[in-house]
Amino acid sequence: MQASAATGGYSRRLARFLYGRRGFYLALLLVPPLLWFGTVYLGSLLVLLTQSFYAIDEFTATIVREPTLRTYAQLFTPSSMDIVARTLGMAVAVTIGAALIAFPIAYYMVRYTSGRMRAFFYVAVMMPMWMSYLVKVYAWRLILAKSGIASWFFSMLGLSSVLDAVLGIPGIGGPSLSSSYLGMFIVFVYMWLPYMILPVAAALERVPTSLLQASADLGARPGQTLRTVILPLVLPGLAAGSIFTFSLTLGDYIIPSVVGAPGYFIGMMVYQSQGVAGNMPLAAAFSVVPILLIALYLTLARRLGAFDAL
Amino acid sequence: MRSDAQRGGFTRIAAWLGLGFLHFPVFITILYAFTTEDRSYQFPPPGLTLHWFKVAFARSDIWMALWLSIKVAVCATLVALVLGTLAAMALAKSQFRGRDAISLLFVLPIALPGIVTGIALLSAIKLAHLSPSFWTIAVGHATFCLVIVHNNVVARLRRMPGNLIEASMDLGADGWQTFRHVVLPQIATALLAGGMLAFALSFDEIIVTLFTAGREQTLPIWFFNELFRPRDRPVTNVVAVVVIALTFLPILLAYRLTRPADEST
Repeated sequence: MQASAATGGYSRRLARFLYGRRGFYLALLLVPPLLWFGTVYLGSLLVLLTQSFYAIDEFTATIVREPTLRTYAQLFTPSSMDIVARTLGMAVAVTIGAALIAFPIAYYMVRYTSGRMRAFFYVAVMMPMWMSYLVKVYAWRLILAKSGIASWFFSMLGLSSVLDAVLGIPGIGGPSLSSSYLGMFIVFVYMWLPYMILPVAAALERVPTSLLQASADLGARPGQTLRTVILPLVLPGLAAGSIFTFSLTLGDYIIPSVVGAPGYFIGMMVYQSQGVAGNMPLAAAFSVVPILLIALYLTLARRLGAFDAL
Repeated sequence: MRSDAQRGGFTRIAAWLGLGFLHFPVFITILYAFTTEDRSYQFPPPGLTLHWFKVAFARSDIWMALWLSIKVAVCATLVALVLGTLAAMALAKSQFRGRDAISLLFVLPIALPGIVTGIALLSAIKLAHLSPSFWTIAVGHATFCLVIVHNNVVARLRRMPGNLIEASMDLGADGWQTFRHVVLPQIATALLAGGMLAFALSFDEIIVTLFTAGREQTLPIWFFNELFRPRDRPVTNVVAVVVIALTFLPILLAYRLTRPADEST
């Protein structure tokens, strides 16, 4: 009894001590996670950054540990710029595509369903996220293959000529959906769609219904309400979702190697440089590109208030 | 109002089409776990069989990969729960210089593409002359799992009235008692949901894991190797179907745990 009272006293005194010293208490809480993050994550990123300033000796294929910008110079060759532009273009397209498909789903979920139906929608949106990523990618390869399920459906509907016409478009087309940029786009949008739907739905839930009624009372047409009331309020959610779609597309190296045209993407370049070629400096320099692109994108998203909606 | 109903009609069709799009590949995957044709996936499948389930259950490599994935996910989730909660408690309501920078730091592993995390970890592993193993996988996973837990707990703590803690302290509770009896019950469901999300994320991770795993085979790496093999393809579908079946209940649970709190605000 005495002992427990004494320890109670100490811990109480400790509590009072800490409560008076907010900064010390915060530091105590922050030290373990920051230590972990600092060593494992930031430490690794620094090592990576250092690697990018080394270069590989072309004759001996060993890494020369002297600071040089030679590896970065390789990034500015036309073929590398092509890879960066291709990846960036795909990431932007996928983000826009995902936003366009996600918005009506999120809107319907939030505005027109309630109770069990809404629960059903949320679970239905989340469930595909839980299915193995690789299995989904592979399922798409089967669906989009030359004589696969998609073309079977098109021929059943008598629309084979439409499919052929779309595949004939230079740039996005190809011999089949599974070997075209269009197919890759579909798979990317599919993969990241739930990451867009959920933050948009969360943002929509915070829009008060009274605002929409007020807008309608003041004579706004539904389109006007959507443009001038709903969209500005949902923008943080869209921005939060777009961080996922943009970043996930920039760094993926599995989807471009399973589905799509033969052109290289940043992720594939990083993976192959370090693996097959053993050129860690080039891999490191290439992975600095998405870091910079994301940094740019995050500053933009921050302006739109995306971090409040994450 | 009529136009509103029409728009409801349009969004309804769009929403259901979207759900169909999300679930079509799931349906295809399940269907082809039962196909009798194991080389080319012709559509529609020529026949249905349970044969592949028997084949899958007899293969020890699947069980080993599954076991490794579970071990990694459990370790990563536990580390993430502890560190993520600490970080969330420090950052949820406080204001100090550098807070924004630290918050941004905790978003980085999910904001930066996984390949950056992967190659960074690999270059650090190589520099430190570590050999890739169970621990390198688990440490890598814990880093992004931490972010998920942190986000979940921060969101919950921000909704918790601050005077609850002050009341508890006024009534004579010490820091631990306050945490145990006041804070923990408030954030328990957020911890559980965040933990389950972290577990699922780790369980399915391939982009980072391919860099940090060396020769170890987690379940996603097993999938990866299996998908490029020409034989017994439905076996991968069987494993995928079993994983869907096993994870379906936790998803429902995670949804239930996080929803009511959201709806009450």
